[in-house]
Amino acid sequence: MAAGVFRLTRAEAGGAASAICLALLIGGTLAAVVWQAQGLAGLGPWDWRAVWFTLWQAAMSATLSAVLAVPVARALARRRFPGRAALVTLLGAPFILPVIVAIIGLVSVFGRNGVINDGLRAIGLPEISIYGWQGVILAHVFFNLPLSVRLILQGWQAIPAERFRLAASLGFGPKDTARHLERPMLRAVLPGVWLAVFLVCLTSFTVALALGGGPRATTVELAIYQAFRFDFDLGRAASLGLVQIAICVGAMALARRIAIPAAFGAGLDADHMPMAPGGWHRISDALVITGAAGFLLWPMAAVTARGLPRIAALPPEVWDAAQRSVAMALISALLALVLSLTLALSLARGRMRWVETAGMLPLIASPLVLGTGLFILARAWFPPQSLALPMTVGINAIMALPFGLRALIPAARTLHQDYGRLADSLDMRGLTRLRYLTVPRLARPLGFAGGLAAALAMGDLGVITLFASDRPTLPLQLYQLMNSYRMADASACAVLLMAISFGLFWIFDKGGRLA
Amino acid sequence: MLELDGVRVTRGTFGLSADLSVPTGARVAIIGASGSGKSTLLSLVAGFLPPDQGRVRVDGRDITALPPGRRPVSMLFQDQNLFPHLTVAQNVGLGLRPDLRLSEAQRARIAQVLDEVGLEGLEARKPANLSGGQQSRVALARVLLRARPVLLLDEPFAALGPALKAEMLALLARIAEGTGATVLMVTHDPEDARSFAPQTILVDGGVAHPPAPTGPLLDNPPPGLRAYLG
Repeated sequence: MAAGVFRLTRAEAGGAASAICLALLIGGTLAAVVWQAQGLAGLGPWDWRAVWFTLWQAAMSATLSAVLAVPVARALARRRFPGRAALVTLLGAPFILPVIVAIIGLVSVFGRNGVINDGLRAIGLPEISIYGWQGVILAHVFFNLPLSVRLILQGWQAIPAERFRLAASLGFGPKDTARHLERPMLRAVLPGVWLAVFLVCLTSFTVALALGGGPRATTVELAIYQAFRFDFDLGRAASLGLVQIAICVGAMALARRIAIPAAFGAGLDADHMPMAPGGWHRISDALVITGAAGFLLWPMAAVTARGLPRIAALPPEVWDAAQRSVAMALISALLALVLSLTLALSLARGRMRWVETAGMLPLIASPLVLGTGLFILARAWFPPQSLALPMTVGINAIMALPFGLRALIPAARTLHQDYGRLADSLDMRGLTRLRYLTVPRLARPLGFAGGLAAALAMGDLGVITLFASDRPTLPLQLYQLMNSYRMADASACAVLLMAISFGLFWIFDKGGRLA
Repeated sequence: MLELDGVRVTRGTFGLSADLSVPTGARVAIIGASGSGKSTLLSLVAGFLPPDQGRVRVDGRDITALPPGRRPVSMLFQDQNLFPHLTVAQNVGLGLRPDLRLSEAQRARIAQVLDEVGLEGLEARKPANLSGGQQSRVALARVLLRARPVLLLDEPFAALGPALKAEMLALLARIAEGTGATVLMVTHDPEDARSFAPQTILVDGGVAHPPAPTGPLLDNPPPGLRAYLG
């Protein structure tokens, strides 16, 4: 009857299928974790310490990032100087910078033999150590300060220019401007910024693996890894997984009350300039910008200077790992694109809200929890060795999904509104519609999402560490070099990894723009 | 003949019912206040909106359950009638085969209809490189090529100036005559209705009334239409 007109379209069937697969995979994995965990009784004081440390370091990292970002964003908002646009673009780079590369950079500046400690020794002051909680927080601030600056800068540029003109005509000084214009904006923006960083740091693994450890600097993710890898205590790993899920769910509940701004995208080229106070403000702004740029660029410059000349001399197994990682990253990106496109297209039709929920599932499942769960499910049939690479590919694709959806859903909605009816009335369906409508119209967000997925997969050092592998990925190879104190090779490897990650993103993104 | 047989649709507080028929080859204007349901009526015929009850028939064939692309219907929208990333020839060619696997004969046919609407030689252009009038002509060329029995117009020429609009309506009338199509045209402009459509469907108070002669209806409008026309 009439319902016949509203049969599921292919786009919707595809979206529903993707959503169901995703829900089954993630739900099944989490169920396996829950079943294996058999409650929290197996957790000792060490584990609860990890829970506490996870929450504490995430809160500290978020607070430091947000507080330090305010003066940087203010300086960037009210000053114009050559290289400003490049610096603002660069602030987006840590998003796709492999974590392990940044760690090498931080170690080469703040480590035992880094410039900072050399300087401290020279003037007879005690050394600082990058290992431990301070290193974990330092690395988190390194990654999230730029993100926070971008978000707050967006807030600054969202204040209408007329407002600043009005302030000028009323003779506002810097204090009045802060009180009437800037502080209300910050009150609106900062909670979202804080929460965005907090969420990212809750599932921090690589940073804790490389710089943390021990009773005072172990996150839950790292504890899962240790229980799994060193004690081979699957029950405890699963119990810890349960705790990690609870933490993520709690954080998500918090996130529902506070709007988290989009971490990337447009909105940074609005070119009105709030009135800029002169005098010592000018000097302090210059110092703040130089300081922030130095904090971000120095570690990268140090690692590049050390590693670049040695790239040609890298041993063949590094090149093998690089090839393997590129192939895995490409498959991951393709999977992530197929999943997020099918979900976005069916969401655009607006009739299946539950699909969106499925797309958000990855946010409650951390990579190591998924890895543990998938291992529990698959170990009866497959040897653990053979699981390492496929699981890494799959989990990286799932982890990229929320970013892909964020880029694709608005574009798919616009596409549906603008051309959905025309395409329907011309009977464009299936592959024809994909080829002549969807892909050409969504090329830009597809390229961007694919680039993000590829770069994130390329740089990921997560699930793969659960399995001793004779076929390491490039980040794992880098970690192994670092652990055997071959810092020169590690630096060269880091430069290679960084170049490939940025290169992959650039190729995808450019491809989308040119299409 | 196009028949709406006891059709009713309700969406929240909005409702529309239609029980009417339009003879083959007729040219009918649809007039009514904003939000009265003119576009809803077109959506019911085009298949974008399933009726809660009733049947839609074309030449005796029940099309109520057919998806939009399978209906014997062509539609021109207010805007976005062309895909900006496809060439003129591709935009027109979609009317023949949605997958654009076109034979030589079909390509020749596309060139021919472009010729007929006055766009010869512009096959390779993208819509952005055409004027508003030329873009309308491309959309009309596709309508001509598809030659479906029913043609629905949701004010596709509203953005054009008066002279250009009259030109497009004349071209449209010629195409409809050539293909023998039944034309339903939503309009805000009583003059368009008078010049183009001998019959008019008044949509008022949640009802699409059967077609009535345009002149007398506009000369002596019922209260709802009088308020709208001012």
